[in-house]
Amino acid sequence: MSDQTVIQSKPFAITLDTGSSLLNKTGSWRTERPVYVDRLPPCNHACPAGENIQQWLSLAEEGDYQGAWREIMKNNPLPGIMGRACYHPCEDACNRAQLDTAVGINSVERFLADEAIRKNWRVEIENPPSGKKVLVIGAGPSGLSAAYHLALLGHQVSIHEAGPVAGGMMRFGIPKYRLPRDIVEAEVQRIVDMGVTLNLSSTIDDIPATMEANAFDACFVAIGAHLANRVDIPAADAARVLDAVSVLRDMETGDVPPQLGRRVVVYGGGNTAVDVARTAKRLGAEPVIVYRRTREQMPAHDFEIEEALEEGVVVNWLSTVTGADDEGFQIEKMELDDNGRPQPTGEYETIEADSMVMALGQNVDTTILEQLPGIEISDKVVQVDDNMMTGYEGVFAGGDMVPSERTVTVAVGHGKKAARHIDAYLHGERYARPPQHEIASYDKLNPWYYTDANKKLQPILDIARRTSTFEEVMGSLDEGNALFEARRCLSCGNCFECDNCYGVCPDNAITKLGPGNRFEFKYDYCKGCAMCATECPCGAIKMVPEDI
Amino acid sequence: MAQISESQQKVKFYQTGTFTVGNRLLDEKQRNVQATMDRCNSLDSGHRACQGCGEALGARFAIDAAMRATNNQLIAANATGCLEVFTTPYPETAWSMPWIHSLFGNAAAVASGIAAAMKVKGREEVRVIAQGGDGGTTDIGFGCLSGTFDRNDDVLYICYNNEAYMNTGVQRSSATPGAARTATTMPVGKEPGNAFNTGKSVPLVAMAHMIPYVATASVHDLHDLEYKVTKAMAVHGARYIEIFVPCPLGWGSRPGDTVKLARLAVESGMYPLLEAEHGEISGVTKIRHKVPVDDYLKLQRRFAHVFKPDNAHQLEQLQQIADTNIKRFDLLPREDT
Amino acid sequence: MLKQVEGSQAVAEAVAMCRPEVISAYPITPQTHIVEDLGTMVKAGDIENCEFLLVESEFGALSACIGSSAAGARSYTATSSQGMLFMMEAVYNASGMGLPIVMTVGNRAIGAPINIWNDWGDSMSARDGGWLQLFVESNQQAVDVHIQAFKLAEELSLPVMVCMDGFILTHSYSQVDIPEQSQVDEFLPPFEPRQVLDPASPLSMGAMVGPEAFTEVRFLSHQKQLDALDLIPQQAAEFEAIFGRDSGGLVKEFDCAGAETVVITMGSVIGTMKEVLVDMRAEGFSIGALTIRSFRPFPSAALQRALKDAKRVIVFEKSLAVGMGGIVSMNVRMALKDDPIKVQSVIGGLGGRPITRAGLRRMFEKGLQDQLEEPHFHDIDMGIVERELEREKQQRHSGSTAENILYDVGVVAAAKTI
Repeated sequence: MSDQTVIQSKPFAITLDTGSSLLNKTGSWRTERPVYVDRLPPCNHACPAGENIQQWLSLAEEGDYQGAWREIMKNNPLPGIMGRACYHPCEDACNRAQLDTAVGINSVERFLADEAIRKNWRVEIENPPSGKKVLVIGAGPSGLSAAYHLALLGHQVSIHEAGPVAGGMMRFGIPKYRLPRDIVEAEVQRIVDMGVTLNLSSTIDDIPATMEANAFDACFVAIGAHLANRVDIPAADAARVLDAVSVLRDMETGDVPPQLGRRVVVYGGGNTAVDVARTAKRLGAEPVIVYRRTREQMPAHDFEIEEALEEGVVVNWLSTVTGADDEGFQIEKMELDDNGRPQPTGEYETIEADSMVMALGQNVDTTILEQLPGIEISDKVVQVDDNMMTGYEGVFAGGDMVPSERTVTVAVGHGKKAARHIDAYLHGERYARPPQHEIASYDKLNPWYYTDANKKLQPILDIARRTSTFEEVMGSLDEGNALFEARRCLSCGNCFECDNCYGVCPDNAITKLGPGNRFEFKYDYCKGCAMCATECPCGAIKMVPEDI
Repeated sequence: MAQISESQQKVKFYQTGTFTVGNRLLDEKQRNVQATMDRCNSLDSGHRACQGCGEALGARFAIDAAMRATNNQLIAANATGCLEVFTTPYPETAWSMPWIHSLFGNAAAVASGIAAAMKVKGREEVRVIAQGGDGGTTDIGFGCLSGTFDRNDDVLYICYNNEAYMNTGVQRSSATPGAARTATTMPVGKEPGNAFNTGKSVPLVAMAHMIPYVATASVHDLHDLEYKVTKAMAVHGARYIEIFVPCPLGWGSRPGDTVKLARLAVESGMYPLLEAEHGEISGVTKIRHKVPVDDYLKLQRRFAHVFKPDNAHQLEQLQQIADTNIKRFDLLPREDT
Repeated sequence: MLKQVEGSQAVAEAVAMCRPEVISAYPITPQTHIVEDLGTMVKAGDIENCEFLLVESEFGALSACIGSSAAGARSYTATSSQGMLFMMEAVYNASGMGLPIVMTVGNRAIGAPINIWNDWGDSMSARDGGWLQLFVESNQQAVDVHIQAFKLAEELSLPVMVCMDGFILTHSYSQVDIPEQSQVDEFLPPFEPRQVLDPASPLSMGAMVGPEAFTEVRFLSHQKQLDALDLIPQQAAEFEAIFGRDSGGLVKEFDCAGAETVVITMGSVIGTMKEVLVDMRAEGFSIGALTIRSFRPFPSAALQRALKDAKRVIVFEKSLAVGMGGIVSMNVRMALKDDPIKVQSVIGGLGGRPITRAGLRRMFEKGLQDQLEEPHFHDIDMGIVERELEREKQQRHSGSTAENILYDVGVVAAAKTI
């Protein structure tokens, strides 16, 4: 029988041809419509360097490590350094922590960066040369970051670094057991290889003169904060009282290690204090950290304190150094008042020690900018506007020398931000930051769909070697673990093409557009039941009222 | 079971786990039918099911999976009920595969007849599914169903269980749970809602027929559901799968919560996911994250009265039912897994 | 081939020669022998390519046929009495869907009171069910009409009931000419379904139809049955050409032409009747007879033609519309509404009550005087009825009527004294 006769002979009304229900546009039932949204993942939101963490994790999940690394490099030129030295606020913000443990973003970043170094992946500059020249003063994380981004944008960049090596606080502030120097060198070299000129041991005294002489169109100053804060300790022998900045710099560039003696008091409670104490431990000394407040109030990161204690560093909490004598240093015990502030108790003891290292914070040497008209310096730091420009036109500043939380990651972020503003300035424009999406908070997720999977821990060097050598404490994830860790990402707020919406729609009112292209609602048929929104694991669908 | 399908994967994909519908990292062949771009949509758009209908969803899940398992050589016989009414009101049908509706209580027998026809015509590659709601299965269609089981006819019967006669306006069926409000078990009197210790478990009755395969599944766990339908289609003889399909209208729940309710029913132990072969239980799908029955019940107006202080004993009874299921079918994951 | 054979077996052999593909049946007296014989033939491999489904009920039996027929298989079932009622929902459904199933009805009374003997209560209960209903007079005709039934059903895409009196035909031995397979094959082509469930060209069968089209659907069903009024005689002629027998058609006349009085009936009772009528005609009475072979569709025009000379009609039937009267007579009256013919209605043979020549003779003579009351209950014992009515008058709830009648005829009393 031909199709034609089959159709004609079918009983009227009781037997129907397929496909006919498509004539019934059930979309008219809807009072709310689902829409796909991209919400801001908390990790991205928390990253001071502005990395699109979720995006590079997604590429890493597929095993596209180079793609993942290139995604990182869009925002951060120093992932090997950041994968070690960053305090990873992203992980503190990670929604997965509420499910089991945060995704080990930092360790995956490190894995990717190490792959890049091992495989010698390079960054190509795609923008044509702009013909503009930018002077960068300081080769710390901020200066390097700015130089990298400016170079990517097609500008010609010269870095002038006063010290004999590039890296700034990445060398002078972070001990090598946390950040091996070959990593720093490799990532700096990659920036130099992009055509950035790096002038070491090169001090700039007069910025306008230098700019004019060399036809620089703009300048980014990022000289950091290298002046150690000191307090006066009565009767202390100056030779026995050192500062953390000097100790750590000497570790890096001195001919001999700093002479700390057998027992050393480290005064302060920040990360630098812990770094100095752990360095002293590795030099064979017995460090004692003295800190005015409690452990909970210590600004140093908890994991750093924990590692220090494991290594045998002693900490005297609620103590201040009040004096010194031949035996050592006098300590006054403190107690917390009702407001949680430490108050002296009048109770004293003496710590036998050969030296004391003050780790009480650092200040900026503002000399270089003070002479420029319009520059404002307050609270011991240089003030910049929203565009990171100082009061002197064409001179921008960033990193530890401007008001900020002084971390490597923030500095890298400043470098990127400054580069964008400098670029806009060079084009006679102002850079406008795109509006941010709503944050994908945990309550937006439907976490049932994610398999339980605890974080893969990085290997840790054994204690004996940690206390006797400067080998890197934290090891790298192997590929399997890094892949596992990347795949723990929940993809908060952004569709990861899990097909849930496409699957759970009782009305087939969603079109799957294919890999990488996500989905589309068929509003002709969508009845607005909201199942897709409820069952979206990552909170990438929102119901909005229809205008009816 | 999901456990099996998960362990069968060569690589574990943790971003998505194995519980979402699809997984962009999986090989195309390993993906769920519902994740494929060219899925057949046996039950297509334009049908008139209520918003958030669990049965519409369950039917597409099951039939699409069976279509894949049979290389589209499938015929379905449908009992009267919501699924029939909302899919085939003249002049529109939402079925894209050969489908017949005869009566409320005879879907199993009609399917047996189709299977017999295919057999005599030497077209045994064409497989047959009968399907209906719980009323058409556990009550009015029970005789024919038992006959199909008894003869071990080559039919997969799928019951979409939404625990009452929804098409006629939410009346009690023998699949209605204790305490549930229906139009014929109103929350009035001393024991409001449906009486406890009534009803029947057709999966267990089906097992008593010693048929080759019996399973329960739920719309919240597509992997498990597709695995079971696929497994059923790989077997000849009479098979029974009951799929738990929440009904927003009948249960008084939000349309968007349908899959969630199915999940909570299973995760609380109220609806155990089982497999049985030749009368013996051969597998259970373990609860992933156990929840109290309250979490499940409180989203449904049909159970609103059990949260009144006077009816606390009903809530306890419902929890006991869940606990008994968990114990009887060993639904909790072992500590070491 | 001439054979001395039981009616059921003859029917089974005829059905077997029609090459059924699916047979599905549930046992009920007096249909059992037919399906037992078919079952044996299928099991022995005597019917090729046939599945026999042993179902759990008549509802299941016809439902399975609905499935198999919709899937393009020639499908057959048989039932009786309560079985017909139990499958009734499927009876209407099969015709509504236009599925050419053939079903033998071994006609038997419907309870309560439960009764296994013959009348037409079962077929009559389905008279509005949309099936063709063909009544047969003899086992030969039963054989022949079954063969025609498949062809009719498949040509029209409508189900057909072949109605044969239970026990009287099903269980009686007589000489039957069993056709050759080659003759049947020549007459009955392979089943080409009008619509079929097939993955190669999917369709949806059994849609819900609302007020917007239901009337039209019903009109078309009616029209189709009217079309059968042409097809039935046409196929009977084709059948006669091949098999050499006049078997089938809409009505069958026996000395009807020119008769002043015509007795109209259906089924096997015509055998006894003819004997009475032969005597009466010999005695000079102007009386003939006519059997309705197709009750559905009802052959109104054929009746009008056959009765053009008649002044009086006596309709004898084994069925009763309680509260109204004779069912066949109502249909006959409807057919003759424009003709000046007196129609008298006789109800007899209910629940297997024997129909004797003497009784018929008495009734016919009364009828020829136009003295049959409306309706006339043939051979009724009015004594029993009147006593029961009297009891009910005196005592509001006097117990079960059936039990009271049994008391009255002495059965219960006899049992109690044992």
